[in-house]
Amino acid sequence: MPLLNILGYPTIYETFAILPELLLVLFGCAALVLDVLLPRERKELTAYFCLAGIGTALLALWQVFETNRIRLPFTVFYGMIAVDGFSLTLRLVALVAAALAIAMAVKYLDVEEEQHGEYYALILFATSGMMFLSSGVDFITLYVGLELMALSVYVLVGYLKWNVQFHEKRGEKSSEAALKYFLMGAFSSAILLFGFSIIFGLTGTTNVEQVAGLLPGLFKANMLTTTGDARLMAIMGIALVAAGLFFKIAAVPFHMWAPDAYEGAPTSVTAFMSVGPKAASYAMLARIFLVAFAPLRVTGDPQIPGWAVMFGVVAALTMTVGNVAAVTQQNAKRLMAYSSISHAGFILLGFVAGNEMGYAGAVFYLMAYTVMNLGAFGVLLSLRSEERVGDKLDDLNGLYQKQPALALMMLVCLLSLAGIPGTGGFMGKFYLFGGLIQAGNKWMNILAVVAALNVVISLYYYARFIKAMFTGKEKEEAPVTLSPPLHATIVLTVILVLVMGLYPQPFSQLSRFAVERLGPPTPPQAAQK
Amino acid sequence: MLICTALSLLPKETSGEYGPIAGYVPVVLLLLIAIAFPVAALAAGRLVRRKVETPEKQIPYECGVDPISDSKDRFSVRYYMIAMLFLVFDVETIFLFPWAVIYDKLGVFGLVEILIFLGILVVGYYYAWRKGALNWV
Repeated sequence: MPLLNILGYPTIYETFAILPELLLVLFGCAALVLDVLLPRERKELTAYFCLAGIGTALLALWQVFETNRIRLPFTVFYGMIAVDGFSLTLRLVALVAAALAIAMAVKYLDVEEEQHGEYYALILFATSGMMFLSSGVDFITLYVGLELMALSVYVLVGYLKWNVQFHEKRGEKSSEAALKYFLMGAFSSAILLFGFSIIFGLTGTTNVEQVAGLLPGLFKANMLTTTGDARLMAIMGIALVAAGLFFKIAAVPFHMWAPDAYEGAPTSVTAFMSVGPKAASYAMLARIFLVAFAPLRVTGDPQIPGWAVMFGVVAALTMTVGNVAAVTQQNAKRLMAYSSISHAGFILLGFVAGNEMGYAGAVFYLMAYTVMNLGAFGVLLSLRSEERVGDKLDDLNGLYQKQPALALMMLVCLLSLAGIPGTGGFMGKFYLFGGLIQAGNKWMNILAVVAALNVVISLYYYARFIKAMFTGKEKEEAPVTLSPPLHATIVLTVILVLVMGLYPQPFSQLSRFAVERLGPPTPPQAAQK
Repeated sequence: MLICTALSLLPKETSGEYGPIAGYVPVVLLLLIAIAFPVAALAAGRLVRRKVETPEKQIPYECGVDPISDSKDRFSVRYYMIAMLFLVFDVETIFLFPWAVIYDKLGVFGLVEILIFLGILVVGYYYAWRKGALNWV
């Protein structure tokens, strides 16, 4: 009897649940065909076509939510894809990040003389991978989504051609960054897979909820198997999975690839990869650690401290190393890379806190970080012109005299990144710190203090941007020209940052909706009591 | 055969006492044999053979064509392109073959799935073709 007859075919309703992803792939393929059909000077039409694709996917996502509102959460495709608050929210974040990244890139790629449809098609493919990362509840789905995302981004990082006559250095840097990113990414994927294989060997399943149900059993008795202590194997598996995922989110000590990759990539790709793939990797981290490994967050055994301790140490290291390294940077993209590392540490605080406020704070922070980082990168993108590379901190000099509105919008994004009240970044940090303090543990209070000290350090290097913009004297007279799509994107991100800071109600509700059902399934015994 | 003999020589209680370590004894034995074999063969050859030292004896293939240049030469990146395209369409066959074998059991569902798969490939093929990846310049 064929396997499909036993399991049953996936119905059209199940396919409907992944309609946004399918639409993205469809539009991505169509964009490739469109690219070869369009004449050279009309290539930017592909960008608007892809934006339309993301719009359609957003509508489809809303339809998925609207029609399934009552029966959330549920899984489709034999329990491999989840339709729940978390997946819907993170898919929304992925789509918004992709749309903003495409709108920002149109003019920039013209200046770079790299206006090709592949750019937009690859962003769409990466976005569909990100969405599968948000909704996958099986190690296999998660891994395939991760690779779909990562392979597309590797290509995007190496997007600039080696051009012998015209600023060849940039093409060289771009290729070098892509190779570094690819090698590190492939390596970390292998580590991640090794961890998955150990967990699969111990539990016999790849489903995150089933893993959550089976893991505590390994720790109950002194389980000695033929190959040794099962607890040690489980810890080894969890440590490998954690290492693989820390690579992806660029947490210290696995952050070394990030500054090089961020600096060498085209600025529009840096903007995209610092928000979209990062948010999706956090989604994967949350699915695996908050669901599959949730029973081992804190263990009663003093010899086995549980992963919350590890996350706490990594969070503290990531924030501190990222911030301290950012202080002395002269290249704006490199500085933003280190700043993005430190933000990764802040988001990890939510995982350490282990309560709803912390988890919701992490999701809120991801949303705020997406818009404020894209806004700041939008301004950096506007600096790129024929005469100027625009990735030095000095290139911001005198921006206030040239484009006062742009400088003020950059100011809002920077203050938000630093966490000044009235901006989305502040509310995100507020929820994260609140979650830590609510947990009421002595170590968590210390961690909150470390995080607060880090905010002070970060304020210093964001202030360097502000100083350059408002008081810096510019050396060359190169005008800053804003293309309409880029201008609209920056305005939109600034509005979102301010709304998140001044009226955070809808966004915090969305974050709570994302995490309310996130967690291990309730064991049957507990439910009976 | 040697390994089996060696294993039978091991005291029975060893495997219980040392747990997982005992399982590696055959691997270590195999490793030792693998090292000993070429060493023994080369040593025997050195002892037995006649010594003829002509320049022809020093080149890799004594009876073949003489090498004309260094093998670490640059070659066209086109080879890489062709290899990648070959890989993609080779994988296509790997998917098509099992589908063709159980085509009647999968029915319409299988047909639709394979058509979607082929559709994606056709898009890729068209793209590669129009981009000139199939031309040898």
